[in-house]
Amino acid sequence: MTVGPVMPDSAWALKLRRIRALVRKETYQVMRDPSSIAIGIVLPLILILLFGYGLSLDVKNVPLALVMEDGSSDAVELAGAFELSPYFRPQRVLSMPLAQRLLLEQKVDGIVRIQSDFAHRLAAGDASLQLIVHGADANRARIIQSYVQGAVGVWSAQRVAEGHAADTPPLTLESRLWFNEANDSSYFLVPGLIVLVMTLIGGLLTSMVMAREWERGTLEALFVTPVRSDEILLGKTLPYFLLGLMGLGVCVFAAEFLFRVPLRGSLWVLLGASMLYVLVALGIGLLISSWVKNQLVASQLTMLVTFMPAFMLSGFLFDLRSMPLIVRFITYLLPARYYVALLQSVFLAGDVWSVIVPNTLVLAVMATALGMSSRAVMNKRLI
Amino acid sequence: MIAAVLRILALTRKELLAVLKDKRSRLSLLIPPVVQSLIFGYAATYDLNHVPYAVLDQDHSTSSRQLLAGLDGSGIFERIADLQRISDMSAYIDSRRALLVLQIPADFERRLHQGSGADLQVIADGRNSNTAGIALGYLSDIVQQFNAGWRDAHALPRAPLEVVARAWYNPNLETRWNMIPGMIGTLSLIQTMMLTAMSVAREREQGTFDQLLVTPFRPYEIMAGKALPSMLVGTIQATGVLLVAQLWFRIPFAGSYLTLYAGLWLFLLAAIGIGLLLSSLAATMQQAMLYSMLLIMPFSLLSGLTTPLTNMPRALQYFTAINPLRYAIDIARRVYLEGAGLALLWPDLWPLAVLAALTLAAASWVFSHRMQ
Repeated sequence: MTVGPVMPDSAWALKLRRIRALVRKETYQVMRDPSSIAIGIVLPLILILLFGYGLSLDVKNVPLALVMEDGSSDAVELAGAFELSPYFRPQRVLSMPLAQRLLLEQKVDGIVRIQSDFAHRLAAGDASLQLIVHGADANRARIIQSYVQGAVGVWSAQRVAEGHAADTPPLTLESRLWFNEANDSSYFLVPGLIVLVMTLIGGLLTSMVMAREWERGTLEALFVTPVRSDEILLGKTLPYFLLGLMGLGVCVFAAEFLFRVPLRGSLWVLLGASMLYVLVALGIGLLISSWVKNQLVASQLTMLVTFMPAFMLSGFLFDLRSMPLIVRFITYLLPARYYVALLQSVFLAGDVWSVIVPNTLVLAVMATALGMSSRAVMNKRLI
Repeated sequence: MIAAVLRILALTRKELLAVLKDKRSRLSLLIPPVVQSLIFGYAATYDLNHVPYAVLDQDHSTSSRQLLAGLDGSGIFERIADLQRISDMSAYIDSRRALLVLQIPADFERRLHQGSGADLQVIADGRNSNTAGIALGYLSDIVQQFNAGWRDAHALPRAPLEVVARAWYNPNLETRWNMIPGMIGTLSLIQTMMLTAMSVAREREQGTFDQLLVTPFRPYEIMAGKALPSMLVGTIQATGVLLVAQLWFRIPFAGSYLTLYAGLWLFLLAAIGIGLLLSSLAATMQQAMLYSMLLIMPFSLLSGLTTPLTNMPRALQYFTAINPLRYAIDIARRVYLEGAGLALLWPDLWPLAVLAALTLAAASWVFSHRMQ
């Protein structure tokens, strides 16, 4: 409350009563409007199922064309290393032009070529294996290259074990992937998806509903009653907040029991951070709708400022540190960025306070700022 | 016939006016695709150019320094800390300050000289395991360079088998080359489809649709009048992204514009057909909005833009058969990067044509059905 006469107890009691009445009215409205239930519960369920199963960056069963120009036993042994690997699904191809056509038609992702002088040069100690990958999907291409290196490494180690000329590389890399030992991409994709889904439904719930009230003029009808604008905002937010939390429950349940993503942090931190984020997402919707007051524009704007940025700029898929300074600056303005950092840590690493505290603080500041500015915009619209 | 064309043109003009007369909605159709493609063009890349790492060097030898110099000189790895104790390692990973923590054991140089093989131990932050995997890949390249250098300097024989890898169509394996052509379809899909889906629903909600019905327009003329403005908006948006890709990001265009636009128009037609079908089914704007959202999100995420289609379970791969964006992204990438012609693109073109024909036919059936 701003400066003014100290409110007597009865004024507070009245205020509470008005808010309670509003919340009740809004709750009825939500429960009787199938579209809010659909956005709040059905939408998250469908989205998390579709994306949880559909998105994966794991590379397995890569179709490869194996061009054998050398029939020696060494070459056959090397081909065997590819045929036995779970990562590749090689098919032997007779000639290079044939393999190139398969690559162009994207029937295979790469060509491994064992040249005709392979055995000869291997004996001399400087053989090479030609690998051509389709570069269109650069990420996948890079992973395939490293898997081929790996398969060749296994083959070399085997040769050493069989008593061929011993060659240990001077330096070997021993790497461990913390928090995701099995290198399963759904471990980081599913928490990111929760962010996407919550961003969208939070923003949509309020922006669509409020814009519709502005369009139909029912909000003006509320203004002539004794309720204040902050009370309207509170009354509007609370039911949708609960609906958003139900959507969150659906997502977390799916993450835990369907996709088996470990929750290594505490449920309380997850819940607290998520409540803050739902508030922020609702706030964005409120602000957009009280600003444009038009369902068509409000829905498009919500989609533009929430979904695509949360997809591209939140660190859910792409590494934030590698973005240019200007783009990184934009990501700091995005609430999704902080929530992604929180969820990835809470799910996979545990309660890491050095990540949790700063990110939650930023979300709290954002929620407050959004609430205050929606109120300001609404007040301005009234006059 | 001419009268029908004139009527369609008149309706198109009216629709365009309805969309473009408001400055806010005019801007909201033209600016976002260009701004988004600029920002996302920089953001949407799996390539790393900044990998912060910490190192615990227990050897402090010339060789270990030489290895680290190789890392620091790569322009990608940035050393943020020299650790003193093993117990410090986890703090740097946990707090996300470092993506990698390296440990060089005390017997590093001794084992190198002995020829018994030294180890470089690395811990990577797997909270985004894809990023971690790429960083480890870069590191392994540097280790290989180090090995080759060591072998040369100490007159050791070269590695018995070397893999000579090359990438076609994208020699430097830049994700950006792959992402930005894919965005031509993605960024135009969202607004084109929403615009179409909302257009009839809005008229119905405001009651102007009934007025339209008492005019001499036939149902298919109304549909054409609704579809043409969206086609125009979609084409302009796609062109905007294409211009950004060529003029700003300077990605070389290998194919023919005619092929690209032929594919894009088929794609837009299919997207608009889906939008019109949704629009004819929805009673209110809110429903139209909800339906289109329910399709746009899966369409854009399950399109092969960021994750490969082949990684999906079979059931979902069947679902993507009705996703027009999937074909559009493939067309855009292959025309743009490989210079593919219409014959090679046939597997993408006919599903789009079928989708467009089916959805437009269904939409016009629902329209005329609802009128009676």
